[in-house]
Amino acid sequence: MSGTSTNRLRDLAQILFFALLVRPFMALFIGLRVRGREHLSVPDPFVLVANHSSHLDTLSLLSLFPLGRLCHLRPCAAADYFGRNRAVLWLSRTLFNILPIARENIRPEDHPIQRMRQTLESGESLLLFPEGTRGKGSEIGELKSGVAYLAEQIPGLTVVPAYLENMARALPKGEYLPVPFFCEVRFAPPRRLSGTREQMLGQLRNDMEALRRG
Amino acid sequence: MIAFSPILIMGVVIAAILIAATLLVAVLRRTRPGKDWSELSARIRSWWVMAGVFFAAILVDSRVSLVFFAFLSFWALKEFVTLIETRPADHRALFWAFLAVPVQYVLVGMGWYGMFVLFIPVYMFLFLPLRLVIAGEATGFVRSASQIQWGLMAFVFGLSHLGYLLRFDEPLPGRGVDGRTLVLFLVFVTEMSDVLQYAWGKLFGRHKILPTISPNKTWEGFVGGILSASALSLLVRFLTPFSVWETLIVALLICVVGFFGGAVMSAVKRDLGTKDFGSLIPGHGGVLDRVDSLCYSAPIFFHYVRYFH
Repeated sequence: MSGTSTNRLRDLAQILFFALLVRPFMALFIGLRVRGREHLSVPDPFVLVANHSSHLDTLSLLSLFPLGRLCHLRPCAAADYFGRNRAVLWLSRTLFNILPIARENIRPEDHPIQRMRQTLESGESLLLFPEGTRGKGSEIGELKSGVAYLAEQIPGLTVVPAYLENMARALPKGEYLPVPFFCEVRFAPPRRLSGTREQMLGQLRNDMEALRRG
Repeated sequence: MIAFSPILIMGVVIAAILIAATLLVAVLRRTRPGKDWSELSARIRSWWVMAGVFFAAILVDSRVSLVFFAFLSFWALKEFVTLIETRPADHRALFWAFLAVPVQYVLVGMGWYGMFVLFIPVYMFLFLPLRLVIAGEATGFVRSASQIQWGLMAFVFGLSHLGYLLRFDEPLPGRGVDGRTLVLFLVFVTEMSDVLQYAWGKLFGRHKILPTISPNKTWEGFVGGILSASALSLLVRFLTPFSVWETLIVALLICVVGFFGGAVMSAVKRDLGTKDFGSLIPGHGGVLDRVDSLCYSAPIFFHYVRYFH
């Protein structure tokens, strides 16, 4: 199934989707503003960590990557939500290259940390929303410890913190019609996490809160 | 014999003014290197871009001009809506408000005057509060309904008069004068008035005119800017069917209501606690910071022409 030609076709579909639809949508409809874009030029593999409040989060973050890099970036997505039917799963695999992550009934062979770790070790980067779900948008919720486990298991792992503003105003949870509020993405310099897992999450939260304040 | 159209002559006039401004800044940089001229030169660079884009949009085709004006309205409304406080319950009403932008400009394109003047002031005015009621959140209802409707009136209804002005295409007295030249006249006088008020204020401003609203606006800037912009309007009288005196009076009217528009948007910015509406145009802020005076001068000039010509 996963022959090289089908993969190439998938890469091409994603590139066309982003070049022809997502990027014009972000530029002309949302008017996406970016700060600290240069921090995205870190070499793969790294973990991009952001707050989560809207389906626009993944769209806008991915739209900022050079098209050729998209195939090396795997957004971690809840397997139960994005695998709820075949069409959604197929679309999110084809157009977003998601890495499905189990949130419930976790079997040892597809343990989330294990899968993310394998992906990073194969040289691909991850997009991770450590809140685990979409929040109301105004504040950053509790960060789950997955990213800290990863940093612990992969010494020297590069993490790029990001903050997304106004996405929940443009497309809140439960809505399917977007309203063109200006949205902004802010990136912090790439960093490493150190210390205990709690300290790592604290460092990450500090970075994200600093970005949130602007 | 080559017939020079007023639009092309206007292109030459604008280019000459911009070249003069660019040279002036270059000379100032040389003669007074101690001062920081970067903001002024950013402003002038932006003027080159804005004049070029605007001129191209007017020159190519009236449909292109309408799309351009629709985009100005859309962007200005975006800037306004992003700055105001909105409630989650406003989402769908805001969606419809944005949908009113293309509808309004389609009405302009159809030349359906009756619906063009009624759609936002009557039908959107009646519909949006209803949509807010359906959302079921009473707290903050009046505020939401008022500010959404106000944004639509100012940035969509007001600015769309620029588009309807293009429809004056019966030959008016004067060679080559039509809706497009009227739009050029209106925008030229409004923007020159803004620039000259700013310049007079910077050079000679002493007495604040609206201290609690906009501390940068002075009586010296107001009077000097408006009088000099009105005098300059005589230079582009060939765009209009007006006599010398009428040109002066109309230009004065445009300048004064343009000032009112700028003052109103200053009050909005002050209330929302911001200096600029955006950052799209270097040195100027957002689109809204540039079209604020036009939101007032466009409808007033439009109705002046409609009633008297």
